[in-house]
Amino acid sequence: MPDLLIELFSEEIPARMQARAAEDLKTKVTNGLVEAGLTYAHAAAFATPRRLTLALEGVLDHSPTTREDRKGPKVDAPEKAIEGFLRGAGVAREDLEERDEKKGRVFYAIIEKPGRPAAEIIAEVLEDTIRTFPWPKSMRWGAGSLRWVRPLHRILCILTNDAGEADVVPMEVDGIRAGDMTEGHRFMAPAPFSVTSFEDYAAKLKRANVVLDPEERAETIWNDATNAAFASGMEVVEDKGLLAEVAGLVEWPVVLMGEIGADFLDLPPEVLMTSMKEHQKFFSVRNPKTGRIERFITVANRETADNGKTILAGNQKVLTARLSDAKFFWENDLRVAVDEKMQPWLDQLENVTFHNKLGSQKARIDRIAALAREIAPVVGADPNLAETAARTVKADLSSEMVGEFPELQGLMGRYYSDAAGLPPELAAACEEHYSPLGPSDAVPAAPVSVAVALADKLDTLTGFWAIDEKPTGSKDPFALRRAALGVIRLVLENGIRVELLETFLLASVSTYSNAYAAEVRETVSRELADSFDSYRTIREAIAQTKRNSLTSNLYKALLRNADFNEETESKKLKEFVEAGVVFQVNSYQRHLNHEIGDLLAFFHDRLKVHLRSEGVRHDVIDACLAMPQADDLTLLVKRARALQAVLETEDGENLVQGFKRANNILTQAEEKDGVEYSFGADPKFAETDAERALFAALDAADAKIVPAMKDEDFPTAMAAMAGIRPEVDAFFEAVQVNTDNEILRRNRLNLLSRIRNVCLQVADLTRLDG
Amino acid sequence: MDKTQKPRSFQEIILRLQTYWASKGCAVLQPYDMEVGAGTFHPATTLRALGPNPWAAAYVQPSRRPTDGRYGENPNRLQHYYQYQVIIKPSPPDLQALYLGSLEAIGIDMELHDVRFVEDDWESPTLGAWGLGWEVWCDGMEVSQFTYFQQVGGHDCAPVSGELTYGLERLAMYVLGIDHVMEMPFNDPQTPISLSYGDIFRQTEEEYSRHNFDLASTEMLLRHFEDAEAECQRLLEAPETDAKMDRRIVMAHPAYDQCIKASHLFNLLDARGVISVTERQAYIGRVRALAKMCADAFVTTPAATGSAA
Repeated sequence: MPDLLIELFSEEIPARMQARAAEDLKTKVTNGLVEAGLTYAHAAAFATPRRLTLALEGVLDHSPTTREDRKGPKVDAPEKAIEGFLRGAGVAREDLEERDEKKGRVFYAIIEKPGRPAAEIIAEVLEDTIRTFPWPKSMRWGAGSLRWVRPLHRILCILTNDAGEADVVPMEVDGIRAGDMTEGHRFMAPAPFSVTSFEDYAAKLKRANVVLDPEERAETIWNDATNAAFASGMEVVEDKGLLAEVAGLVEWPVVLMGEIGADFLDLPPEVLMTSMKEHQKFFSVRNPKTGRIERFITVANRETADNGKTILAGNQKVLTARLSDAKFFWENDLRVAVDEKMQPWLDQLENVTFHNKLGSQKARIDRIAALAREIAPVVGADPNLAETAARTVKADLSSEMVGEFPELQGLMGRYYSDAAGLPPELAAACEEHYSPLGPSDAVPAAPVSVAVALADKLDTLTGFWAIDEKPTGSKDPFALRRAALGVIRLVLENGIRVELLETFLLASVSTYSNAYAAEVRETVSRELADSFDSYRTIREAIAQTKRNSLTSNLYKALLRNADFNEETESKKLKEFVEAGVVFQVNSYQRHLNHEIGDLLAFFHDRLKVHLRSEGVRHDVIDACLAMPQADDLTLLVKRARALQAVLETEDGENLVQGFKRANNILTQAEEKDGVEYSFGADPKFAETDAERALFAALDAADAKIVPAMKDEDFPTAMAAMAGIRPEVDAFFEAVQVNTDNEILRRNRLNLLSRIRNVCLQVADLTRLDG
Repeated sequence: MDKTQKPRSFQEIILRLQTYWASKGCAVLQPYDMEVGAGTFHPATTLRALGPNPWAAAYVQPSRRPTDGRYGENPNRLQHYYQYQVIIKPSPPDLQALYLGSLEAIGIDMELHDVRFVEDDWESPTLGAWGLGWEVWCDGMEVSQFTYFQQVGGHDCAPVSGELTYGLERLAMYVLGIDHVMEMPFNDPQTPISLSYGDIFRQTEEEYSRHNFDLASTEMLLRHFEDAEAECQRLLEAPETDAKMDRRIVMAHPAYDQCIKASHLFNLLDARGVISVTERQAYIGRVRALAKMCADAFVTTPAATGSAA
């Protein structure tokens, strides 16, 4: 069976797109072939900066012939129906077969599709693949209309038979005719050459200074880099993303190591690493003795007669220019940090919009500071320190270094905060308050960092909920899911005991309300600035403000409000302003309070998603959410884990069934009798051993559960509950609850209610599925 | 011209580029006589990239970026600098090879250097233009921008133009081995009156930096911005038929001049720090609207429609 080799040779493909493109080429071509009946044994795809390659082994040389027996109308069907069937099946009348079926004699069309030669199918599939290739961005070039990621120059498409002879698959796309030719390295071996098979292709490419396999290139780079570093007693800082990117920038990797000028060695290592990586795709090389980044590794795309000397010197020169910039930023920033304690940066944040409906960064910082202060006591932080920290952590956003390298936000704050001589808690908060950024990112533990991190995230969530910018489907442009998960992990991993709604969300709402009140007060005062003294009535004063000003709108709203008497309050402008502010803020607060319920539900959803990863079921969380203090996430999760653990045991599973049975009987009886059976079960009315045993078991369980619940030791409480399972089972086995003897019946129902009470201690088991 | 001979001055590099691209069939144009932020603004690029007519041009364009002023002290940054611009429509299939030839022409030995095409898509929000291409790295330094224009002024480019932009100072400093732009020989350092880049531009950099950052009158700039905007619109709204000549004369170029002006005035206002983040977008949108109107007008003129006499 023949092998297929395809190469699409183009101008330089962006590194970040290569791996995906190779995969897409494989998927699209193989799917297309298989759909057409052309199966294959093995597929491999590769990418270099200038080519996408697909090699298929063991392709069928023809697609198989297919035969379909298509059932048609009955033989006595109207002529029109039969004609329609003939058209649809594409066969002639005389080719129809008649067959007897249960319901009568029926026409059958036998549709035979002959197999087609592989080359014909491949040509179609490849053309379609090229024309509909899913590039993230594609372009036209010259006078053509074909789209590719960059201009496409050659199509190599050959079938190699078992004897090793190759045939070009005849095809053409927009004037590019498929052939058996390709080119080697752009500079080292540019002459085109022909190939006869994949092996021949890979070998000739290597001779022409092209390593086809990206993994092989990455491996070469990493080995050569670590060897070069090792030889001078150093180590390369690992960076998988960079390695993959660099492997996508070269066809013939040559590793070169150079020194970082002594002037720059005192820059923070993160700055060196980020600058070198972002601007120049250099690897950082660390000296383990000093812990500093002292060298760099660059990967050239060629060998030269001077062993890369010129290339290295050029790169070094660019690095020096780049690091001079970084050093310039660093020194300027340090001056602002040391001499002015970062104040000018904070002032600048007044002019930076956070979101056009949520005000400036400065306004946001004010809210976060107020909220951090509120939250501080529950996380064990000093309120003053938490507030100051919240006012410090965003300062670095205005620094020159963060302007150049946004990814260094927070980290630079730490350096500058230290340089400004601020308490170490503040420096830590600068770096840590963005955390956790993802499900695996570490959660800060320092109380001040925790307070600020919580305040930052809660403010974001409250704000975006207030302006109705919630995540929908896959769209979450403000990373609100991440923020909510961040709050959840901060609470859980620090064991914080707090009511989510009361302490966090409503506190955040009130910072928004307070900020809003101040804003309304200021606007109204400004609009009425000249009127306070010169006009006798509100009406006159307001007539002076612009139509549709906040003040005139407030006035109209107040007139509609029954509590407001224009006559009696007509002269007290200041009181009017206050009444207006209160009115406006109340309606804002109502809006926020309404949204906050929705935000709480969002938190519950996030919590379910988070706990699902550790195997806790959805309904288990629902059962725990129905309990008091469900807002205390730490408590909630303790309950949920205990319940989940018990449900995984046989006793637990059965206890739930026993509980549900007891609960059903009880609920029906309560509905029927119109009373609640909640106490008074008396062992003296017990008739059977099973009843007596259940009494004893419940007493014994209670004795364990009560203290356990007091200690929030839910596993012990749950174990004690699960422990009554044999007695519950035996009871239902032996005893009929609804007897004619009303005293016995009532006593048994009250006994069931004891089961119910015991079982509802940790969670609302009625909410469990199944 | 002997390729193996290294150039000795800034102007020699420019001259070699001119000679090279002339030999490749480009019309060697002169700079546009207005203040622009980049060579792309020259109507020879922006407008000529539109429509089906073939086009090949190369030129030096003095460019101004007021916010990049450093009083002549920074080794690499200038508020006034030179770009070398090549535009060919339709983009020829061997444009990369042609480009590499130009590097050899200015003395870069391909056997010793590492030249790479690194993804960098180009977009000009003020021109409503974008394209795909690369920044070209020579030993890790960006020496040119290489773009296949896809859209200009909101119009699809068909055929596509290939555009090459060389940052001349940076490229020349690299080729000549100079660390500070002001120390770069402008003319032949062996001539009796040898002049460095600094001899010619140090003082102007200083003067313009002060002007751009602190003294340009913002009220005047704002007023002129409004004027340019209004004039651009007025010219394009004028009746297409000229009464005196009794034929269709659409004033795409004069209107585009006003668009260029508005763009530069915006850059100056930006350098003066009087444009807030939100306003910024609005100003860019206004300039883009002008660019789009000019493009709309240009595509109806003989220079674009292919019906030129």
